[in-house]
Amino acid sequence: MLTGIRGAKSATGTAAEAESLLEQALLTTRLDAVVAWARKNSLWPMPLGTACCAIEMMAVAGPRYDIARFGSERLSFSPRQADMMIVAGTVTKKMAPALRMIYDQMPDPKWVIAMGACASSGGMFHTYSTVQGVDQIVPVDVYVSGCPPRPEALLYGLMLVQEKIRTGKVKSPQTVEG
Amino acid sequence: MIVVNREQPFWHRFYLTSILGGMWITMRHLLRRRFTLRYPETRFKPPAGYRGIPALVKDQNGREKCVACYLCQFVCPPRAITIRAGEMPGNSVEKYPEEFEINMLRCIYCGYCEEVCPEQAIFLVNDYEFAGGSRQELVFGKEKLYQLGGVRPDPILKWANK
Repeated sequence: MLTGIRGAKSATGTAAEAESLLEQALLTTRLDAVVAWARKNSLWPMPLGTACCAIEMMAVAGPRYDIARFGSERLSFSPRQADMMIVAGTVTKKMAPALRMIYDQMPDPKWVIAMGACASSGGMFHTYSTVQGVDQIVPVDVYVSGCPPRPEALLYGLMLVQEKIRTGKVKSPQTVEG
Repeated sequence: MIVVNREQPFWHRFYLTSILGGMWITMRHLLRRRFTLRYPETRFKPPAGYRGIPALVKDQNGREKCVACYLCQFVCPPRAITIRAGEMPGNSVEKYPEEFEINMLRCIYCGYCEEVCPEQAIFLVNDYEFAGGSRQELVFGKEKLYQLGGVRPDPILKWANK
């Protein structure tokens, strides 16, 4: 097969020559990278919309912002088929066990976006009945600021999750529009 | 349950007309103006008066306008703002914020801080997309807030000649 690439000359060449020929002929990569690439481009979200942030989440799924461009158009209302949970909205302490159960039902590997002020930190509900951030019950990968965040902000959060899947960490510098 | 079996015209039995009708709608949308905003490349342009992220501003002389009066901290509904005031040496303005933190995960972008500020030192700017991997990352300190706010020219400069 190798001889077919650059004629009969390399058939008698050294091992190094053969290797360089291989590099020209084949696209080599690590298996991890391929798996990460496949995962990050088909993140199926579990839309856990508990409040008004869910409206913006629906807008993200709509044609204007079109989450399908990121491979996440299949909002999976069953946690068994989901990769990423988007916690959109206020989580009360009564809701918390249900949230944890849904998270536990999702297959590994799984990621969590805390969308908006309430899910991220409790927001303006500094009360006895509200969970002060869903990171108290599930591990959160990306926090999105806003009340509710614009659809762009959720897409940015999604891109950060993709970055985390690719590199293992969330890139820290914020994009600031001038 | 009452089942009514309506007679259908002959061509409806093949469902071909319905499929073609559906395809016609799809084709029509194919020719229309593209509706999707391709977000990371093209961005939404906020209109005037848009309430984005709150940020601190400096005047044209480079002086920080905030005098640490604590009004914004007091009015903030989710209590996102934390100020620690200090004494400014050798200046007519006695107080200034030594630390000024806004927890962007608490902030609800309501604009009360801008409304209440007597020095016009805090504004809701046009930036809207902020996300991060940890809570601490989204607690913005003074440096970050001034970077976001930039300079806003002040026509009065009431502290300049005092």
